[in-house]
Amino acid sequence: MVEFMLPKNSRPKKGKVWPRPGDATNTRTFKIYRYDPDLSENPRIDTFYVDTDTCGPMILDALVKIKNEIDSTLTFRRSCREGVCGSCAFNVDGTNTIACTKPIADIRGDIKIYPLPHMPVIKDLVPDLSVPYAQYASIEPWLKSDTPAPTSERLQSTHERAELDGMWECILCFCCQTSCPSYWWNGDRYLGPAILLQAYRWIADSRDEAAGERLDNVDDPFRLYRCHTIMNCTNTCPKNLNPGKAIAEIKSLLINRR
Amino acid sequence: MQDDSKPLSPHLQVYRPQVTSVLSITHRLTGMILVLAAMLLTYWLTAAAYGPEAFSRAQVVLESWPGRLVLFGFTWSLFYHLLNGLRHLGWDMGWGFELVKLRITGAIVVASSVALTFLSWMWAYGHVDKL
Repeated sequence: MVEFMLPKNSRPKKGKVWPRPGDATNTRTFKIYRYDPDLSENPRIDTFYVDTDTCGPMILDALVKIKNEIDSTLTFRRSCREGVCGSCAFNVDGTNTIACTKPIADIRGDIKIYPLPHMPVIKDLVPDLSVPYAQYASIEPWLKSDTPAPTSERLQSTHERAELDGMWECILCFCCQTSCPSYWWNGDRYLGPAILLQAYRWIADSRDEAAGERLDNVDDPFRLYRCHTIMNCTNTCPKNLNPGKAIAEIKSLLINRR
Repeated sequence: MQDDSKPLSPHLQVYRPQVTSVLSITHRLTGMILVLAAMLLTYWLTAAAYGPEAFSRAQVVLESWPGRLVLFGFTWSLFYHLLNGLRHLGWDMGWGFELVKLRITGAIVVASSVALTFLSWMWAYGHVDKL
């Protein structure tokens, strides 16, 4: 359902302005979305000032510094701090990205950090990702084969292996998923760019023998065809992958097999 | 999907308009505008079939400044929707998904839709022969 306005309980209010660091010469202003499930209050936008001379270069460095030195209750997911785990995905400066590979210096003016868009918020920058995870499970992301298992590895030619490039790199951060207006309005039924990229990753795998069944599964007005080629997904992917193209490949396979 | 006990994170309110999304929503809007344009065209043709008085009344409306402005908007909508439609046909054939191509084809669509709009109006006013 298209709903332009946020529900009443979700509209952010003005939040706390935390004190500036006393002896800093270079500071940046961070406006960060906060929500505390233990208070029956609306989310709020807190303002923090970070001394960039004593902070690492990335957005994640600033978040960690804020948590360590200013407000230890600031809640966010993070793990690898080098762009391979996909945990620290947020809406930073108006587009989705992973905070660990986004330089603070890339952003002019106040740095606004929100949770991934149009998701239920558990606390602060932590969204509830149960729905996309369930959608991921629905495409059965594992190798399916009816032929007896070989005694050694399942071999691929160089070309067959290259077919998976641009897909195996996906870290399931859901930046693309939550940048897609179609997913915002139909996220309960549309699988979304991240899941469809994964669906195609298995369809395109030469070792997998369930391509037909996988295509049947996505051949649905909502699961696949809510993609209207808006292309916000490809535009925002922090790993420079192309979910939009993967979706087009699925559509084209479906047409060609008729 | 929405669990009412949890707030919904901001979406349209915070997502910066992207070249990709702005061109996409413009395609939809121009599509809807063209439905109105088709209705106006029908009115014009019907007026012509109805008789000279009805037709001259329609002409007065369409030739007025507001009328011309509306027609100018319809012309641009037509060219934008047509050219971006070609972009969609390319995508349907699996071409043009790379970020660079998305931006280049998008810029071409915007620039040439504006250019074709002005050209066709200059042609309508009889200025093209002089160029």
